[in-house]
Amino acid sequence: MNRVLPVLTILIAIVAFWYAAAIWMNAPWQNTLNNRANLTDVPLIEFAQQTWSQDKPVLPAPHQVVSEIWNATIGMELTSRRSLAYHGWITLSATLLGFAFGTALGVLLAVAIIHNDASDRSLMPWIIASQTVPILAVAPMVVVGLGAIGLTGLVPKALISMYLSFFPVVVGMVKGLRSPEMIQLDLMRTYDANPWQVFWKLRWPAAMPFLFASMKVGIAISLIGAVVAELSNASGGGLGVRLLTGSYNGQTIQIWAALFIAAGLAAVLVAIVGSAERWVNSRMGARA
Amino acid sequence: MKQELRVRHLSEKTQNNAGGTAPDAAAVIRAEHLGLTFPAGDGDIVALNDVNLTIEKGEFVSFIGPSGCGKTTFLRAIADLERPTSGTLTINGMSPEAARKSRAYGYVFQASALYPWRTIEKNVALPLEIMGHSAADQAERVKRTLELVNLSGFEKKYPWQLSGGMQQRASIARALSFDADLLLMDEPFGALDEIVRDHLNSELLKLWARTEKTICFVTHSIPEAVYLSTKIVVMSPRPGRVTDVIVSTLPKERPLDIRETPEFLEIAARVRDGLRAGHSYDEEHV
Repeated sequence: MNRVLPVLTILIAIVAFWYAAAIWMNAPWQNTLNNRANLTDVPLIEFAQQTWSQDKPVLPAPHQVVSEIWNATIGMELTSRRSLAYHGWITLSATLLGFAFGTALGVLLAVAIIHNDASDRSLMPWIIASQTVPILAVAPMVVVGLGAIGLTGLVPKALISMYLSFFPVVVGMVKGLRSPEMIQLDLMRTYDANPWQVFWKLRWPAAMPFLFASMKVGIAISLIGAVVAELSNASGGGLGVRLLTGSYNGQTIQIWAALFIAAGLAAVLVAIVGSAERWVNSRMGARA
Repeated sequence: MKQELRVRHLSEKTQNNAGGTAPDAAAVIRAEHLGLTFPAGDGDIVALNDVNLTIEKGEFVSFIGPSGCGKTTFLRAIADLERPTSGTLTINGMSPEAARKSRAYGYVFQASALYPWRTIEKNVALPLEIMGHSAADQAERVKRTLELVNLSGFEKKYPWQLSGGMQQRASIARALSFDADLLLMDEPFGALDEIVRDHLNSELLKLWARTEKTICFVTHSIPEAVYLSTKIVVMSPRPGRVTDVIVSTLPKERPLDIRETPEFLEIAARVRDGLRAGHSYDEEHV
């Protein structure tokens, strides 16, 4: 209960600031409109309401975005090309597939790196270099390139998600798999345990907290990867396409609605990973 | 047929002899001119220098000395966690590596090294899982060893739910669970307060009497060494070496108040003298 109040206060402050900013940012265009209609001396309250109900505002008011989200999800057939739920599902499926690929690739690379000094030296620089390339430049090449050889739809987008999400998993898991203390490793040696047993009974469980921390970052950037990949293929659909068409047509409300759906999706996904983490932690005897 | 067996037995014995050690059925650990040097940038560190020691079956041997005297290094060499650089070291007539691979010893570290994601019973079962014991055998051994260290009833607890002394008892149970005849203990009670330590010491003696294991025990406490041991190895640093080996005259049955008897104090005084003699050596380095 004592957490509700601060959260609510911040939320109200943000919404209030947003409405105020909407007045300020939409005012020039509203003035132009009013001048054209020969409306003068509009009272402030009325003027504010005008700025909050424009068709294509510079900054849509919160209630405009909310009603757009409502109309484009609950209030629309799921199969409609204008349904945000439909586009959200397209993005979500690419995100999840890419996240699964990325996590698997990240774990495999980390395992190779900790067990083999040569792969540590040869792989790590490339892994780091891969993340310095702007994804906005790579995504179209991958999507268009794969499209040219007949691979379209989900997989090219998932590959971009994977490209982004494997990185935190590699870095986290290398650290995690190396986290057991010397004394715990010595113990395994006194039992003459084989490397397989050392991995499954010591390194893997010790790496769990690192895996989940990495996956939380990974799933959020997976979504970004999917959205960026969608920008390169307007016919494929997805939240990225809604952002793109919205900006072509000046449909700011549509852009903001798509943005909020994407942000909400990311928050839900991170929360799901978080609850999986709590479940695993409780199975592994963590302090309640 | 019988003759053939005897011949084979004899030839095995002579083979053991070829290793350079005298055939001694009772010797569990035999070190001869053992040296161990750690390479370091500014001159090598001599952790062990010309250590000669024989430990027989059923003995309780304490290693005592100031830090840097090589007592832990010697224990780790027995466990094949460090490689000696000179001399010979055999465990049950085998090389340390062969002994480790035959799971000849249980090792108790300074910290309990319990895996925090395993319950106490799962921690104790860890070596059994690795060594491939059946589930039924695991359960039976876990039950028996937890009884041995008085931890029955704590099977399902996680390590953080236990006190430090109980955690260390659990780690002793883990070292006992696969029934190795040799128990190597590296300052197992060093981090515990004196009351808990006294209690665990007397429990350890009872456990030793019941299981008849050979125990090597590293400590830096004189009363602990004298109270527990049948043989006390006094060591001194720079280079790490054995300066005195004291055979205890105390009876096997030792109540805690034996520590007030003149006999006990006499042995303790001899240990202290040995330590002091070793210490004056390195004062010139300070």
